[in-house]
Amino acid sequence: MSESMVQVTNVTKIYERGTQQVEVLHGLTLQIPRGDFVALMGPSGSGKTTLLNLIGGLDQPTSGEVWVGGSRIDRMPSGQLAAWRARNVGFVFQFYNLIPVLTAEGNVELPLLLTKLSAAQRRKNAAVALQVVGLADRAGHKPSELSGGQEQRVAIARALVSDPQILVCDEPTGDLDRKTADDILGLLQVLNRDHGKTIVMVTHDPKAAEFARRTLHLEKGQLLEQSAA
Amino acid sequence: MTKTGFVIANLFRKRTRTILTLLSVTMAFLLFGLLQSVNYLFSAGADALGATRLMTQARVSFTQSLPLSMVPKLESVPGVARVAYSQWFGGIWQDNTPVFVFSVDPARYHDVYPEYVMPEAQWREFARTRTAMVAGRQIADKYGWKVGQHIPISSNIYPQKNGSKAWAFDLVGIFDGKDEDWKKRTNQVLINHDYFDEANQFVKGRTNFYILRLTDADKAQSVIRTVDAMFENSLDETKTQTEKEFNLSFVKQLGDIGLIVRWILFAVFFTLLLVVGNTMAQSVRERIPELAVLKTLGFSDGAVLGFVIAEAFALCALGGLVGLVLASLAGAALEKGTGGQFALHLSGWVWLLGLITIVLMSLAVGLLPGLRAQRLRIVDALAGR
Amino acid sequence: MLRQILAVTGINIRAIPQRWTSSLVIVIGLAGVVAVFTALLAMAGGFENTLRATGRNDAAIVMRGGSDAELNSVLDRASDDLIEQAAGIRTGTDGRPEASAEMMIIAELMRKDDARPGVSGANVTVRGVEPAGFALRPQLKIVAGRTFTPGLRELIVGSGLVRQFQGTGVGQTVRMRGTDWTIVGIFAAGDSHDSEMWTDINVARTTFNRTGSSSVLVALEGPDGLDRLKASLAGDPRLTVDVVRERDYFIGQTRQFRQNIGVLAGVVTIIMGLGAAFAALNSMYAAVAARGKEIATLRALGFGGAPVAVSVLIESLLLALIGGVLGALVAYLLFNDLTVSTMGQSFTQVVFDFKVTPQLVQRGLVIAVVIGMVGGLLPAVRAARLPVTTGLREL
Ligand SMILES: Nc1ncnc2c1ncn2[C@@H]1O[C@H](COP(=O)(O)OP(=O)(O)OP(=O)(O)O)[C@@H](O)[C@H]1O
Ligand SMILES: [Mg+2]
Repeated sequence: MSESMVQVTNVTKIYERGTQQVEVLHGLTLQIPRGDFVALMGPSGSGKTTLLNLIGGLDQPTSGEVWVGGSRIDRMPSGQLAAWRARNVGFVFQFYNLIPVLTAEGNVELPLLLTKLSAAQRRKNAAVALQVVGLADRAGHKPSELSGGQEQRVAIARALVSDPQILVCDEPTGDLDRKTADDILGLLQVLNRDHGKTIVMVTHDPKAAEFARRTLHLEKGQLLEQSAA
Repeated sequence: MTKTGFVIANLFRKRTRTILTLLSVTMAFLLFGLLQSVNYLFSAGADALGATRLMTQARVSFTQSLPLSMVPKLESVPGVARVAYSQWFGGIWQDNTPVFVFSVDPARYHDVYPEYVMPEAQWREFARTRTAMVAGRQIADKYGWKVGQHIPISSNIYPQKNGSKAWAFDLVGIFDGKDEDWKKRTNQVLINHDYFDEANQFVKGRTNFYILRLTDADKAQSVIRTVDAMFENSLDETKTQTEKEFNLSFVKQLGDIGLIVRWILFAVFFTLLLVVGNTMAQSVRERIPELAVLKTLGFSDGAVLGFVIAEAFALCALGGLVGLVLASLAGAALEKGTGGQFALHLSGWVWLLGLITIVLMSLAVGLLPGLRAQRLRIVDALAGR
Repeated sequence: MLRQILAVTGINIRAIPQRWTSSLVIVIGLAGVVAVFTALLAMAGGFENTLRATGRNDAAIVMRGGSDAELNSVLDRASDDLIEQAAGIRTGTDGRPEASAEMMIIAELMRKDDARPGVSGANVTVRGVEPAGFALRPQLKIVAGRTFTPGLRELIVGSGLVRQFQGTGVGQTVRMRGTDWTIVGIFAAGDSHDSEMWTDINVARTTFNRTGSSSVLVALEGPDGLDRLKASLAGDPRLTVDVVRERDYFIGQTRQFRQNIGVLAGVVTIIMGLGAAFAALNSMYAAVAARGKEIATLRALGFGGAPVAVSVLIESLLLALIGGVLGALVAYLLFNDLTVSTMGQSFTQVVFDFKVTPQLVQRGLVIAVVIGMVGGLLPAVRAARLPVTTGLREL
């Protein structure tokens, strides 16, 4: 864990709500080493999703710098940023956000349409990703035919398939029961340990945070003390 | 899975809605195909005609006849290679079916219209036999006429010397067109002018049209000027036009019908724009989070716009092509049903126009929702804002 | 039951503004169908009115046997005289039989909207008449200038032609057979003669090198006049002629046009109507889907399936009817009294006005209601069948 995967320096994020300005993050600085698994906790409205979106390149800060995987992304033009996301980040959301008209396999294959891979190669990679999450036998099912836990596994496979350096997860188990949640978290742990993925995960659940290597606490847009898991 | 596969999958996400929209589009293009073909039918076939032939008629109107004494004068005009003439007979087949019958000089007609093919022996037979007639392939097939038959045709204008309007002719040959275009113009009957001239009660030594074959097409304008000037201020003032203009002038008689067809199509497509536009807008509206996910995965704003437009295009193209094919089939059925008389086939031109319309429609209905999708901010869309 | 229907329908209709685009699809779709249908039939109706108004019941037109139309008919001078002396013809105020030998000639005029003047015009009828020709058409009035002087190359022009063609004002000239003819007056008859130019038949005869006429128009004497005329003419071995009551002759001329426009209107209305019905189905399905939860709630509260279905149907019919009225209005505003011209039976132009009549509007609205019914029925059934539980789970 020598080199840093994420380097957020003095970042401020201000949202404009009509004429009103809401400062969500105030001069936040954060460093996450390569290969880390960080849980991000904090009360609702504290800015967790905001921070996660900055790290994942979905949004950009009002000021400050964001470096991820050696690229500075806080000022990257949107087209370039999209291509960067495709190569470097995998996303997992609370509500899975699968495309309902595609099968599990199709959903996993979707990000690969942005690569130069051949159709056969794409299928193969998708199959491998589904294998990793343990859903090879459900490849042909549509999201509506899967359980919540299975949907989330498909979402993780989709996040993995283009082999990103970092996985960004926003309350990935927020909608699941304890047992299923633990399965998913175990899977993330395996990905971190055995596949070397850096993971940043927002959660409200202290039990979930225990799966991470360490936990960061965010309150009113500022980081509190760090605690090792 | 491919990008195309993805677009198609999205298109059928609400099956009933998509199929119903497709059916609306299909109906619109069916109508488009049929009406444009009618329009084209009226405005042409004229494209097949070059400018190597001119038609000369009386300036008052073609119903007025011109004296045959004009033939040598017309032949003397520089640029005129050969002169033929043709007289409207007002033919009636059986009880009440009008047929196109023209009385012509066989040898001259043959020289001026090399596009009509028939064995030379039959052309000679046509010239030699006073009561001869030759028929185009289409009309002969339609009425089942065979060479050698004696065919009764009456005239609604010209009685014979004995006062009877019932005529009859010997079919000595059947001519066809040299290519597809000309094969479609074989719906007429030709009779021998020498015989007509002598046997009818009303006219002697006159004809409705002269057909001038030019030495080359460049001479058309100068020949037109020379001929019309030659007869100016005489009792038989002429009007000379290229064969194409002449054909178009018949269409003109239909007057404002073309205008009405345009109005209908305008109404149809205005409505259609709304129908398909609404479908596309609905489909994008309910898919906002999905579109945001696509962007999250790294699809650029342009790519997302592309997906929406592609979807609109798929919708218009699928419905449009089915509609045009249906129009083709309906046209072909109509052509068969009327024995080729009403040749409502979808020409290449109508297809081209149809394809252009499909593309324009796709843009019109895809652009607004597409731009909305393009401008979508991921963070807001994911949060349902 | 009725109260339930009213309650549910009220809720539906109040919700229309929230999904106005799909409602608009039904309205505009049907407006299009009804407008096109009404316009096409208004055209056919206008054409027919013009020709129907032309013929009289107590007049007959005599043409050479087997001619079908005046344009084809040729009568020689001797025949003209024989016809005018036949039985069954009323005697005019001058003591002579009220009959007019008339010659029909076709001339070309340029339309006013023709972008490329001078190339080819549209055919119009020039009618050479005898003095009795005016007595036989008492509806014809000179509205500008004066009538032509017999023996001179002068024309009077119908008011329809004046509106549609270039160079037809009083004082202008029309060129025929190498000579200029002066327009000295304009007449209006309110029928298809308004699309003609008239002149003295004797001038026409000399100019066009003909001796006889195309037809003879005669006034019939008494109710059995036509039969007496027919018998008298058939009995003369020197004549082969057809006799037709004038009104029947003109009505016969509308047959072809009526047929063509009828087919056009039928095909266009059916195809457009299908398209609109699919669109309406789509919108109503969407409306039902959007209200799935609300419908389920109503059902859970104890409303029956039928009121829900009926309310969907009512909504669809209401939108369709609004569309139909809109379409009829558009057709009326755009097309009523619009003057156009097209080719009549005798190859010449007939100028006529579109007529949007109450009956046409009524038929258009019936079509709208039928399509609205088709569009509402299946979605109504679906709404009624919607299982309460799935509906509540939705959304
Ligand atoms: N686009 C936006 N416009 C305006 N305000 C916003 C926007 N996005 C977030 N906010 C505000 O910023 C604050 C932080 O939001 P954020 O979504 O980061 O919170 P969170 O910590 O993820 O909360 P939760 O645990 O509920 O998901 C909130 O007060 C929110 O209302
Ligand atoms: Mg959050």
